[in-house]
Amino acid sequence: MPAYNSDSDHLPHALKILIAGGFGVGKTTFITATSEITPLRTEELLTAAGTGVDDLAGVEAKTTTTVALDFGRITIAPATVLYLFGTPGQDRFWFLWDKLCHGALGAVVLVDTRRLPDCFAAVDFFESRRMRFLVAVNEFDGAHRYEPHEVRQALGLRPEVPIVTCDARHQRSATVVLLTLVQTLLTHPARTHPIQAGNPT
Amino acid sequence: MTAGGAHQEAWLDEAAGRLVRPYTVSAGRTRPTTAMELLSWVVATGVRPRGRLEPDHDVALRLCGAATTVAEVAARMRLPAAVTKVVLSDLVAVGAVRTRPPSPAADPTDRTILERLLAGLQQRL
Ligand SMILES: Nc1nc2c(ncn2[C@@H]2O[C@H](COP(=O)(O)OP(=O)(O)OP(=O)(O)O)[C@@H](O)[C@H]2O)c(=O)[nH]1
Ligand SMILES: [Mg+2]
Repeated sequence: MPAYNSDSDHLPHALKILIAGGFGVGKTTFITATSEITPLRTEELLTAAGTGVDDLAGVEAKTTTTVALDFGRITIAPATVLYLFGTPGQDRFWFLWDKLCHGALGAVVLVDTRRLPDCFAAVDFFESRRMRFLVAVNEFDGAHRYEPHEVRQALGLRPEVPIVTCDARHQRSATVVLLTLVQTLLTHPARTHPIQAGNPT
Repeated sequence: MTAGGAHQEAWLDEAAGRLVRPYTVSAGRTRPTTAMELLSWVVATGVRPRGRLEPDHDVALRLCGAATTVAEVAARMRLPAAVTKVVLSDLVAVGAVRTRPPSPAADPTDRTILERLLAGLQQRL
């Protein structure tokens, strides 16, 4: 671990990027490839209390459940850390996305062209939250290669949302996706500030 | 299966939601006494608690030697965040760990931050 000054409130600065997409699209793979820590899974507890019960539709409100989150870390500078959070693939955990969105710089939506509709939920979610995102087409072996404009059309993406292709298994390829997202934030600043989604509870 | 391979622990199944099993580490407790978020900071105060620490508390305290986040401690200990929060709040209660709220939300239009991020990522290529 980097040697942070621990004698005061001199804390490092944490940045956050979300990795989203449908089931089995490569979120864990992407975070594993880019993160510098290997044990990168944690579980967050979900209970009805403290979370709008309405949000728990589909989850047995009476039981305590946990949800597995992928978690990665990239040291950017001595006192700047980038955290990657893999959003849970299932729609019923949307309310958790809200929490994860809070303070995030942007998001990567991973797409498997064999199952394009799986990413609609993520795209809709980030659009509704005005979270900046890009679409990364994860090129699975044997999958038909679609042209970016075909994917753009199929997803109904706005022109300012970049589409890139990647192989989530490779550090370099996945890192380029993150770089592209940051570059997009730099070259096309949002017209409005994204709303702060959720409460930092 | 995921690319984690050998790192996948039996305590985690692939399904996103499931029942919490009784956690021995936290003596079944899932409610931390101190409110913490995944990205709350935790850092050892240097105060060594009297008496012997439970092994997991000891590990957690050592992981807080430099300021780190709850999520990172959880990931490194391979414990669910909820359990990690209980362990960390025990350490807060005895004065061994101090916790601070998460970093303020980064402004996605802050060029200084974005350029630093860009440079940091480029270095990893
Ligand atoms: N060929 C190829 N396979 C990939 C790629 N990315 C992921 N995979 C494989 O796809 C499978 C699913 O990847 P995961 O990373 O577990 O997907 P996930 O999005 O985390 O899945 P859930 O958490 O279950 O929603 C794994 O077997 C990966 O090895 C890729 O870019 N190319
Ligand atoms: Mg996964």
